[in-house]
Amino acid sequence: MGTLIIVWAAMDWYPLEGHWFPERVVENGSIDHLFYCILWLTGIVFIATGILLFWFLWKYDAAKNDQPVVFSHGSHYMEVMWSVVPAIILLFLAIYQMDAWAGARMRRPTLANGQPMPPIARVTGRQFEWRIQYPGADKKFDTPDDLYVTNLLHIPRDEEIVLEIESDDVLHSFFLPNFRVKQDVVPGMKQFIWFKPIKDGAYDIVCAELCGWGHYKMKGQITVQSRNDFDAWLQKTYDEQELSEFSLAEAE
Amino acid sequence: MSSITADGHAAHAHSSGEFGVGEFITTYVFSRDHKVIGIQFLFSTLLWFLVGGLLAIGIRWQLAWPWSDMPVIGPMLFSAEGGQISPEFYTMLFTMHATVMTFLVIIPILAGAFGNYLIPLMIGADDMAFPTMNMLSYWVMWPAFFLFGGSFFVAGNGASSGWTSYPPLASIPESAPGSGLAQTMWLLGLTCVGISSMLGSVNYLTTIIQMRAPGMTMMRLPLTIWGMFITALLQAFALPVLTAAGLMQLLDRTAGTGFFIPEALSVNNSPMAPGGGQPLLWQHLFWFYSHPAVYIMILPAMGMVSDILCCFARKPLFGYKPMVYAMNGIAGLGFIVWGHHMFVSGMNPGLGMTFMVATMMIALPSAVKTFNWLGTIYGGKIQFTSPMLFSLAFVSMFVVGGLSGIFMAATPVDIFIHDTYYIVAHFHYVLFGGTAMAVFGGIYFWFPKMFGRTMNEFWGKTHFLLTFIFLNGTFFTMHILGAVGFPRRLADPYHYETFRHLQPINQFMTICAILMVASQIPFILNFFYSMFFGPKAGRNPWHANGLEWQAPSPPGHGNFDFQPIVYRGPYEYGSPESDKDYYPQTQPPNERGQADVSPTLTDK
Repeated sequence: MGTLIIVWAAMDWYPLEGHWFPERVVENGSIDHLFYCILWLTGIVFIATGILLFWFLWKYDAAKNDQPVVFSHGSHYMEVMWSVVPAIILLFLAIYQMDAWAGARMRRPTLANGQPMPPIARVTGRQFEWRIQYPGADKKFDTPDDLYVTNLLHIPRDEEIVLEIESDDVLHSFFLPNFRVKQDVVPGMKQFIWFKPIKDGAYDIVCAELCGWGHYKMKGQITVQSRNDFDAWLQKTYDEQELSEFSLAEAE
Repeated sequence: MSSITADGHAAHAHSSGEFGVGEFITTYVFSRDHKVIGIQFLFSTLLWFLVGGLLAIGIRWQLAWPWSDMPVIGPMLFSAEGGQISPEFYTMLFTMHATVMTFLVIIPILAGAFGNYLIPLMIGADDMAFPTMNMLSYWVMWPAFFLFGGSFFVAGNGASSGWTSYPPLASIPESAPGSGLAQTMWLLGLTCVGISSMLGSVNYLTTIIQMRAPGMTMMRLPLTIWGMFITALLQAFALPVLTAAGLMQLLDRTAGTGFFIPEALSVNNSPMAPGGGQPLLWQHLFWFYSHPAVYIMILPAMGMVSDILCCFARKPLFGYKPMVYAMNGIAGLGFIVWGHHMFVSGMNPGLGMTFMVATMMIALPSAVKTFNWLGTIYGGKIQFTSPMLFSLAFVSMFVVGGLSGIFMAATPVDIFIHDTYYIVAHFHYVLFGGTAMAVFGGIYFWFPKMFGRTMNEFWGKTHFLLTFIFLNGTFFTMHILGAVGFPRRLADPYHYETFRHLQPINQFMTICAILMVASQIPFILNFFYSMFFGPKAGRNPWHANGLEWQAPSPPGHGNFDFQPIVYRGPYEYGSPESDKDYYPQTQPPNERGQADVSPTLTDK
């Protein structure tokens, strides 16, 4: 029955439509692919053991089984079979996924000259908001032309994006469900994540690690747009920031 | 034969003249008899099981109907908020639900209740090796009960950093409302639970190694005892690490050390004292214990289920030795896979690969066990009694929990499903669908031995059927939430667009969860009614082979009214050498057709 529910959900049939992976908006689909591989394998094992169990229960019910019990202490051959076959399958799975893991965590995108690609923005988790810092025209962080935004991250489409993530206070976790990205944000550590968005739109930034009572409202938004729109947004937001600083000075 | 109870008491009463208050206290309160201690553990843990279940209903209520008044219970519990659950209270709810269920229910019910009760009986000993230490292992739980229970009532309404107590959230009082006194009490409570388990595990190891009846070799031990033995080993090796880590966190909180607090931290806009520590260190130390603890919570259950399956399939266990090796394999591998809780923690990704391969391999002994259970019921004569139904449910639910574990072991998939309801589904299948089912099965199975009376079968089956249906309704649905990426521990997930459409399915789960708790009512009534008014059980109501079934029900002081001598393994059901379909371990060979309750007795 459980399997049926899973199939139902995966097929996107009423009333469970949408009760499956959120829409994927990045180029790399290896996580989804791997999930389905394992789902097929485990699904087959699950159904097979389920059928065996129920068949045995029906067939060897004491109320109707008048045969004497099979007096056996086991079978060496069977033990070897059901150790070796799963071992091969698991080893295959283990090796098969290494590339996807390396792609997600170890192979940071590089520039044409082989240097690691610099982050497009720095995201800092803080109780209970995401602080986002763009390096500005000089491409360096912590200089006077930096742009500061809260909870609103914009990125260009069809480009490899690298983000630097940090935490100011406690553990957070930077989770982009539509991008299949999740990374704990650890205070005292500087970390990089990367992905390549391929679809415009605005999506949720979720905090996936308990960070205190307001954990549930630590919500950000990531917007994917064309390079031109992105540059325009960057310029406009920067101008607003400068303006607000002037007006602040005048008010004093 | 059954006069041993009276004899035992009579002999006891000699010293004080009559059965007075002092006698009552030494017999039933500060008892050093392993059976009484086991039953004390059983009652305490079942009570906490109820508390933990009700905390879960609070969590489920919030997820189904966030920020709405809880009917009936709401005004009583949270009158300050007008019957609603506040986000602060919600974080406390899931923290304490997990804490209570892990540290006050599952670990003590398996090791404390069943371990204490069954180990001496099943190996043919008259008591534990260190009875006074055994008594202490129960009574040191009371400070833990008071500390955990009391933390509900101090500022912050209970610890609220999750049961994993990750620093810096848990180490810095300013970081969350429950990170103050409540968190300190939580850590001290954890230490008490640790001391209790430690005292217990030393006792179990010594008893099993030193006090087996003549003929009871290690390879004739029932798997229940093997499960307890390996669990005690795990406790002995892993627990000191957690206790030390807890102490370090306590020092961070009270003495100004910085083991887990990094430099240049500012919480709530106030800069913290320079730390220089590493939050990831806690995670390594914590999971170095808490991953093996997962096996502490399942291995004895696996053993109990193996015993029950054999008894009601009337067949020998399929592959005894491979089962023992598989248990040892699970325990051994259990020590080197803690890192799979930390795939997205920021740990070196190269380590992730090592932990992934080791974790994948742990599925192997688990698969061996499952296939062996199927082999055990194959070709048997299956009797569908309540303990058997719960054990069969254990097998099928453990398959679900085991297979979903493979998704988590796969590091890239774990990136997506980590900290989502997929994980919650997985461990509830293992711990509720698995361990709790085995515990229920064990209670129905050994109840006649504990209280001398049998439980009602009809109500037992009703309890089983309702629990099984609503457990799947509640926990299977969690897989689907997990696939959407629905995170754990959010007081209001519908704050996010991505999860807004999931509210109806959460409401379905909440209704199932409430019904699941309600399904325990027949069990509670059946339990207490049968304790006093159930039909009397003889020594061996199930016609089982184990040593415990040769002792009187309930056994008196010193357990056996004869010296048990063991001639064979515990699973010789349907043996052609015996005229009956079972062959008790104490029955000497070549004596076909002996009466079942009186094997040749050697007077003690």
